[in-house]
Amino acid sequence: MDIYKENNSSALFNTDRILSELKHYLPSQQALKDFIHHNSLHAFQHMKFYDAIFKASNIFGYHVHLELNEYRELYTTGRIKKEILISILSKKDKNIDQWLGKMLHHHYDILKQPRIGQIRKLWKDVYKIDLDGLVHPRLFRILCVFLDQGVAIDRFPIQNKSFIESIKELEQKSLVSFFKTKSTRELFTNGSYSIESLLKEIVGDSQYFEQYLFDSHFAHNGWSGFVSSVEDNPQTLLDKKIITFKELVEFELLIELDTITAILGDSRKPLANFIKEKPTLLFEDVNKSEFSEVIELWQDAFEWSYYDTVLKGIQVFNKKRNELDKEDTLQTSFQAIFCIDERECSLRRHIEATDPNCETMGAPGFFGVEFYFQQHDSKFYDKLCPAPVTPKYLIKEFSTTTERKNELLYSRDSHGMMTGIAYSLVFGFWAFIKTINALFKPMMSPAISNAFGHMHKYAKLSIENKDPKDIENGLQIGYTHEEMTTRAEGFLKGMGLIKNFASIIYLVSHGSSSANNPHHGAHDCGACSGRPGAVNARVQAFILNHKNVRKILATKGILIPDNTCFIGSMHDTAADIIDYYDEDFLNDTSRIEHEKNKNKFEIALNLNAKERSRRFASIDTKQNLNEIRKSIQKRSVSLFEPRPELGHGTNTLAIIGRRKTTKGLFLDRRAFLNSYDYTTDLDGEILSNVMRPIGLVCGGINLEYYFSRVDNLRMGAGTKLPHNVMGLFGVANSSDGDLRPGLPWQMIEVHDPLRLLVIVEHQPEVVLKAIQSSPEVYEWYKNEWIHIVAMNPFDQKFYLFKDGMFEHYEPITKSEEIKSIHNMEEFFESSNEMETNHITHATKENLPVYLLN
Amino acid sequence: MIESIQEINNQLIVLFVAIPLLSFVATLFWKNKQENSISGIVQITKSIYIIWAVGYFILWGISGSPEIHLNLLTIYESNDFVFAIHFYYDRITAVFSLLGAVSFFLVTTFSRYYMHRDEGYKRFFNTILFFAFGYNLIIFSGNFETLFLGWEFIGLSSFLLIAFYRNRYLPVKNAFKVLSNYRLSDVALMLMMWMMHHLTHSNIDFTELSKVKIMVTQHKQETMAIFIVIMILVSSMIKSAQIPFTSWLPRAMEGPTTSSAIFYGSLSVHIGAFLLLRTYSFWEDMLWFKYTIVFIGLATAVISTHISRVQPTVKTQIAYSSAAQIGIIFIEIALGFHFIALIHIAGNAFLRTYQLLVSPSVLNYLIHNQYFHYHPTPVKKLTKLKATFFILGIKEWGLDQFFYRYLYTPFKWIGKQFDWVKKTKSILIIFILGIISVIYFLANDNIKSFDGALSISMLTIALSLVLFSFSYRGSALRAWGALMVSHIFILAGISNNEKEIKSVEVFLYISGILISFIIGSLALYRVKKIDKDILLNQYHGYVYEEKNTAFLFLLSSIGMIGFPLTGAFIGADVFFTYIKTNQPILIILLSTYLIFMEFASIRIFIRIFLGPHKKLSHPVAFRSS
Repeated sequence: MDIYKENNSSALFNTDRILSELKHYLPSQQALKDFIHHNSLHAFQHMKFYDAIFKASNIFGYHVHLELNEYRELYTTGRIKKEILISILSKKDKNIDQWLGKMLHHHYDILKQPRIGQIRKLWKDVYKIDLDGLVHPRLFRILCVFLDQGVAIDRFPIQNKSFIESIKELEQKSLVSFFKTKSTRELFTNGSYSIESLLKEIVGDSQYFEQYLFDSHFAHNGWSGFVSSVEDNPQTLLDKKIITFKELVEFELLIELDTITAILGDSRKPLANFIKEKPTLLFEDVNKSEFSEVIELWQDAFEWSYYDTVLKGIQVFNKKRNELDKEDTLQTSFQAIFCIDERECSLRRHIEATDPNCETMGAPGFFGVEFYFQQHDSKFYDKLCPAPVTPKYLIKEFSTTTERKNELLYSRDSHGMMTGIAYSLVFGFWAFIKTINALFKPMMSPAISNAFGHMHKYAKLSIENKDPKDIENGLQIGYTHEEMTTRAEGFLKGMGLIKNFASIIYLVSHGSSSANNPHHGAHDCGACSGRPGAVNARVQAFILNHKNVRKILATKGILIPDNTCFIGSMHDTAADIIDYYDEDFLNDTSRIEHEKNKNKFEIALNLNAKERSRRFASIDTKQNLNEIRKSIQKRSVSLFEPRPELGHGTNTLAIIGRRKTTKGLFLDRRAFLNSYDYTTDLDGEILSNVMRPIGLVCGGINLEYYFSRVDNLRMGAGTKLPHNVMGLFGVANSSDGDLRPGLPWQMIEVHDPLRLLVIVEHQPEVVLKAIQSSPEVYEWYKNEWIHIVAMNPFDQKFYLFKDGMFEHYEPITKSEEIKSIHNMEEFFESSNEMETNHITHATKENLPVYLLN
Repeated sequence: MIESIQEINNQLIVLFVAIPLLSFVATLFWKNKQENSISGIVQITKSIYIIWAVGYFILWGISGSPEIHLNLLTIYESNDFVFAIHFYYDRITAVFSLLGAVSFFLVTTFSRYYMHRDEGYKRFFNTILFFAFGYNLIIFSGNFETLFLGWEFIGLSSFLLIAFYRNRYLPVKNAFKVLSNYRLSDVALMLMMWMMHHLTHSNIDFTELSKVKIMVTQHKQETMAIFIVIMILVSSMIKSAQIPFTSWLPRAMEGPTTSSAIFYGSLSVHIGAFLLLRTYSFWEDMLWFKYTIVFIGLATAVISTHISRVQPTVKTQIAYSSAAQIGIIFIEIALGFHFIALIHIAGNAFLRTYQLLVSPSVLNYLIHNQYFHYHPTPVKKLTKLKATFFILGIKEWGLDQFFYRYLYTPFKWIGKQFDWVKKTKSILIIFILGIISVIYFLANDNIKSFDGALSISMLTIALSLVLFSFSYRGSALRAWGALMVSHIFILAGISNNEKEIKSVEVFLYISGILISFIIGSLALYRVKKIDKDILLNQYHGYVYEEKNTAFLFLLSSIGMIGFPLTGAFIGADVFFTYIKTNQPILIILLSTYLIFMEFASIRIFIRIFLGPHKKLSHPVAFRSS
């Protein structure tokens, strides 16, 4: 009891509090099939960005910024601009010469070890035991077998029991044991232990319990994080598993106890007996070092070298536009609403270039309709809306065909002993032919994740609710007319599309096909929980075409002309293919228009493919458009292509405003473009709704890319080439490795680690009100995880949000530095192949802003 | 006409090893970022290689599929020891050659894009080419010496590709594990050659094996023959991952998926089966031996299949089911169904290569499948038997523990008993003692009548020094020095044991070791200068900042163990023959020495140069990845 008196506060060991603390800091990635981008350091989001990242770095050893010499090289190559650097230094009242010297030449010794692991390392120092090496393989194997979704042929033999209960039953029945010592096995099977009692045995002194548990679980944060995610979101596993993080903690401690007892016998003493110096507490405040200040300055300079140019570009462009401004008198040929996804930024530009009279818009890709979707014959539902939303609706697919192809060589029989003989004797040579085919004639196959395979093109959907009692598993099947109208209204108003409807309006969702890619979900639509958005496009098109809905909308002042028709479609961002749904909605005249428009889309897709090929070494950008298009399609079904597309790589901007303000700008596929018309929303009521998902979706994507880029080894998944699929829910290196959350190297290689810059077209006061509408939204901006600029349409000035308020910001880039593109195709052809994937080479082709001529 | 084709064929067989070797050398001269040049060379090589393999096969078929021999060159020759490179081509070679050419073609084509912009692009293709060279040396070899060369090259290239991601911990750890297994296989092969040498008093070709078989029965030397076949079996079992050596195979899947596919899916893992096929004429009449192979094959098939069934990860599942098929191939070979065995080998190789190459797709495919075909497992009563087997399967039947328990741990313990050697002074004293004994033994013939007691003590000292080095956790330079000194005692022991030792052999041996030692020491000194810390108690990962030094040290550490790189290789091989068959203690000491010599030497390399880099000014991988 003496100990308790001495260290009153820290000695009070409260298991539940510590477990929830641990869970909070662990990575929260779910099974790979549900790839939802999020801020890798979400646990630190309550702090200011720089304070947070340096603290996280000190505690967990994450690398949270580029390397010092990388910044310096970027400076030498001119991507970090001297005038920006100087302006930042002078804004911060720093002595310019002195700080330039530090930033450019001073050598900083940064051999420091993180705080995590201080206690656990005593196993090695004192007892010469490599505890991690002895515990991890056993622990990971048992966890993986338990959670496995269907890799193993023999499924886990116990159902409907929790992790510990299952293992206990196995142990009780089995003649062999997972444990090495009898005593621990008995302790486990009779259940007379608690986390506290185990820690007492192993660590001894309760004041170190918390830190020891952090040490243990951050030695394998992949597995711990995954178990914690499964506990919170059990639906992420189709084959349900009952497991809690607490069970994992208990079980790991038992295995540790077993291991050390097996080696040291009863002579062992608790670890705390050997602590000579009290270790630094994990969460103790971190002092700001000169090094971190230098990094801050570099990162700011890097970011503003880019932002400033972009802002200047927008300013120059809008000035020109205002001079020429005459009301558009031309009839709009058609309208196309895309996802805000930055990959659609280029396609929109090309379609506008192909048909200058068309109008494109952007809205989050679930198109305002949230629901669960059930594929025909499927036993499970897919959520098709942003991750935090929990829909109450179910939309079912009724397909005309039920045939689904299988892949012979994935058969489990190939792993049998006798069937294996037949397989290797007979199908071995078939495998050879398959390999040859895959190499020289890549084609779509059942083994490839096909964006268009999510929903059958001609399937019927239960969009309209027939009877409010039509409920399945607590979900209402389809929407009622009122519910449809609410969604239609919200959707249209959000974009400011309440008048001037064209005769055909396309809803272009997106998905991505790729082969041999466990991370395929990360390429699909983020607003649809990492799935293709085709169903959402179809559903919203159906709603907007619905006569009753239009009637009710008319009462609310939104008059959609009778001859206006909405068409759902989907863009495969890897293969650059668009397919259209429910073309029967079209009448005869609009059908002819539609055929013309399809051609325009094809031309735009060709150009888009060309633009993308600029970044692909395997495709010669100078080939003719059709060739390039074919190569791009081939890429998406090639087994040997680890980069079917570059995903969200290079994203840095989110522009919320009228397309007019950016329509003549080249932003290099880096901008999330959300349409919003301040003229329809002067008091900013709609704006709050529009701003709600920006932080979570765009900010989440941006920061996941940021952190996976700056520390691909600890916060990213590393290179995907050696990945081994674990239990169908994750990837790891090797057979005994930790799960690797985050993004693989091939996805972030071209990414510039810059925070997102949100540009909102409205008055600063209104924008401030909008971002302050909820604390969760405000946190992103207040703590500088995202930058935000208000582009005031009334005085044509920029206002930068800093320390709680908007201040006028005047770009220092000169007008003449903003270059123009005269010939798009030549411009793409002039790009250079990257020399290596070092940051100075890999991101050389990430362009800021150009005026289109 | 046919004769002339055959004549040409004989000569041209050299091309099979020359093509990959030349290409390997050619790729050395490019920088990593010059991907087009590197892959250009590889693309040309793979095309020539496959055309040549097929063309040669056809020519061979036209000329009536004769057995082709070529005695390329004799590297070293003394009274009764010949080290010569001989080539041979027959039906077995034909199948393995076509299999090799095709797999190489597929995998390099696949890797060309797959490896794009990898930090080790060049390294990858270098190693694959080196592997192809080693593989062809084995399958085209006409005698054991040539085969053994290939055996060593394959081992080294395997190590390098498993540890491809060299700044992560697990690849390095597992590469070392696989290398240790391979080393046992190498030494078993050396022992086999040693016994064969004493049995036949010459260096024989594979074609002479049936003659040797007859000789064995005539001269009643069955014991020697038993020793030989057991060593053959052990070394094939290890290379082909048979029970109890299976657990290295799933752990070898650390490199890029494509290299796992070519090594552990297709070529490397079937080499054990090749050795059995090659030596079949020697043991075809030994019924007991066939039973033994059948037993091992069957045990592997059953146990590996069982382990494979509970594997929750894709690559390990493929690894175990492949090992199971090789078990069945072993049975087919033992029973004499060689035609089926050859087809089975090719089929298994292609199937597993494909399965490994597409293994990342499994996630999408099976999840998709689950959407439509999922049904919860019916709740069944868990029987005792089922529970036991389930746990056994997950624990891989304890196979992974096996190696540690019976090899690492006991010898590490012995090594630790010699910790007192660690003072620089004591190493120096031992060194001087060693030198004196060498000089004395070389100069004096008189005292060689102690019945080998002196030799035994010399070799014991050598072994102790190596074990010390193997378990030492202090300065790398000291561990390295101990290895050098141990060689002196080997020399002393051997020169005491054999009157006829030739000065040229001593020179070859010493020169090779000495060069390796000096270069290695310089490399270590250079690294020591950086942070004044080259203790062996942790991984330092210096390759991150010292790529060239690391490469030099790698060369010297394999030079130190007598890898076919310096003259020491010949020296060591001759030395082996100087131990008589009636000196079991000496041969046990020497082979244990050779095993741990490699462990100790490579251990220094990996601890100093590989693993997570110790400086945190850049991203460094967690130990658990």
